[in-house]
Amino acid sequence: MQASVQTPLAEQAPVLVIDDLRIEFPAYKSTVKALNGVSLHVNPGEIVGVIGESGSGKSVTAMLSLRLLPERSYDVKAGSLSILGRDMLTAKEKDLLSVRGRDAAMIFQEPMTALNPTRRIGRQMLDVIIHHQRLSKADAKAKAIALLRDMHIADPEQVMNSYPFELSGGMRQRVMIALAFSCDPQLLIADEPTTALDVTVQRQVLLLLREKARARGTAILLITHDMALVSQFCDRVYVMYTGAVVEQGVTAQVMADPRHPYTQGLLSGLPEMVEPGQDLMTIPGQVPNLSAFPEGCTFLDRCAFGTAQCLQRPPMQTIDAAADRKSACWLSAPSHATPQESRP
Amino acid sequence: MNRSALQTLPGASPTILGLQDVRVHYPMGKDWLGRPKALAHALNGIDLQVRSGETLGVVGESGCGKSTLAQLLMGLIKPTSGRLDWIYNSDKERSSNVQIVFQDPQSSLDPRLPVWKIITEPLFVQRSAPRHEMRAIAAKVAAQVGIRTEYLDRFPHQFSGGQRQRIAIARALSSNPDIIVLDEPTSALDISVQAQILNLLAELQRSRDLTYILISHNVSVVRHMADRVAVMYLGQIVELGSAAEVLEQPRHPYTQLLLEAVPRLGVAVDDGQVSAPTELPGNRTLPKGCFFRDRCPKATQGCEKPQALLPAKGGEASVRCHLES
Repeated sequence: MQASVQTPLAEQAPVLVIDDLRIEFPAYKSTVKALNGVSLHVNPGEIVGVIGESGSGKSVTAMLSLRLLPERSYDVKAGSLSILGRDMLTAKEKDLLSVRGRDAAMIFQEPMTALNPTRRIGRQMLDVIIHHQRLSKADAKAKAIALLRDMHIADPEQVMNSYPFELSGGMRQRVMIALAFSCDPQLLIADEPTTALDVTVQRQVLLLLREKARARGTAILLITHDMALVSQFCDRVYVMYTGAVVEQGVTAQVMADPRHPYTQGLLSGLPEMVEPGQDLMTIPGQVPNLSAFPEGCTFLDRCAFGTAQCLQRPPMQTIDAAADRKSACWLSAPSHATPQESRP
Repeated sequence: MNRSALQTLPGASPTILGLQDVRVHYPMGKDWLGRPKALAHALNGIDLQVRSGETLGVVGESGCGKSTLAQLLMGLIKPTSGRLDWIYNSDKERSSNVQIVFQDPQSSLDPRLPVWKIITEPLFVQRSAPRHEMRAIAAKVAAQVGIRTEYLDRFPHQFSGGQRQRIAIARALSSNPDIIVLDEPTSALDISVQAQILNLLAELQRSRDLTYILISHNVSVVRHMADRVAVMYLGQIVELGSAAEVLEQPRHPYTQLLLEAVPRLGVAVDDGQVSAPTELPGNRTLPKGCFFRDRCPKATQGCEKPQALLPAKGGEASVRCHLES
């Protein structure tokens, strides 16, 4: 897994670049600060995980990447977002239509609501293929069948003639992946693709996704809340909290040696980290209200290592420049002891 | 049910709930004479004893009958055949004996009731406590689950997901049950909140001597909480034994498949394991012989016969597989 992170790919221009993105949603008598300086990039061919709890802004980042949020429902305060060098925040709707589906595709969490329930699978697949590629109907159909067969679906013709409700959850998600790969996108954004599925099916779907992405050189941005899943499938990972990235790096390094207290809390709160029956480590308190942020570090109220310096918001501190390892905590700065050492 | 035999087992607590060859079939659609066209075989012969004070984990994929089992234990549905015995404590009413915590606290709490009324709803229905004492009882239970008493007049929408689940737990506790069925208690919660709720449940079990039946598809939660584990497949228990034994040394091929699919921290997944779709077969017509035969990598001769849940070779657990028992 780590092999693909090495330099040859990193030398190419990133597929997705998000730089210091800040957006707000206007709400009644207030604004919800959904993203507060998100910076991330995805290189060609790599699988990048974004992990965070509800309200951390991971889905907003995914939706905004393809400009899928309703126009004028949000204000971009600062920052930029580009896919394959094209600025997505200022692009015209007409240009977006050629990006969505062709250059970058998306897989949603709930395949039942993402597919049109009133039309057969075949019709929905042909629509996408014919829109983006100049193929005759017969050729498009042959391509759709080949795509479904790639997803290890035994009887593609039968599936093409089915309505979404006739398929199981795992089968629907396979169709969604086939659909997402129909135009050979360079970037695939998968927003919790397996949350609605059983573990056995989840594993198959993720293995299929990885197999297909490796074969086509597609980069994947995998958004999830499952630490174990990230550790198994992602080359690099970004940890998000209150609309900002708080830690980033190569997955194995982040999992083995988390530097931000929030990442440490998330990892030590997993049931597999303690002997059965013992108490789990918990992060005290709750996620702060996104419309009334505290000054300084947003994790300060829940953090065991808070100091006076934390009243100032910490920027990303580089831990290992070569591996692009960073953490948004004053304690991660080279001059400080790492939080683990001060832990009893 | 052979109750005396179970109670004399060395080290085992007394059984407080017993299921004997319980089957539940749902009619699917009706023809013009009102006869069912087909049957959904939700539970196909469950034999299970729940011991006092233990946590029994129930794992399996969706569609394996976990939720039907929960409804059955609550007395919400009746078994089509077989016996379900609650063994009552001397002075307790049957209805106060079992309570449930549902998966999604968003939809399981009445949005129009204040918190103290939600918590005392079971007492209200059972008429087991006088009205003027209800609020005091609610305050006492709320304090135990970590809901501040100032919040008793608030409504569910004013709480976060984790706090709502605490309210749901308080509601289950208010009637002083012996058994609490936990139907996916943390799957709708965030990771940092999950740990808080699991700790709370463990602490309540110690202080109130509760018996939990923990239904979950999250194997790491079950491994953390459960004393014994039952693995379900297509309405049957395929493996039953102590949590350590079943989850560390799974014997049944299905348990092995299920545990291997669980994502684990830092364990890489090899390529080339992508197989044809293997999903739970439909429960309209049950497979002949072993239910798992179509998906089983070890299927050989002998699998065409129905399998019984028998003690495993060289172990304490029971396995429904002729190769292992």
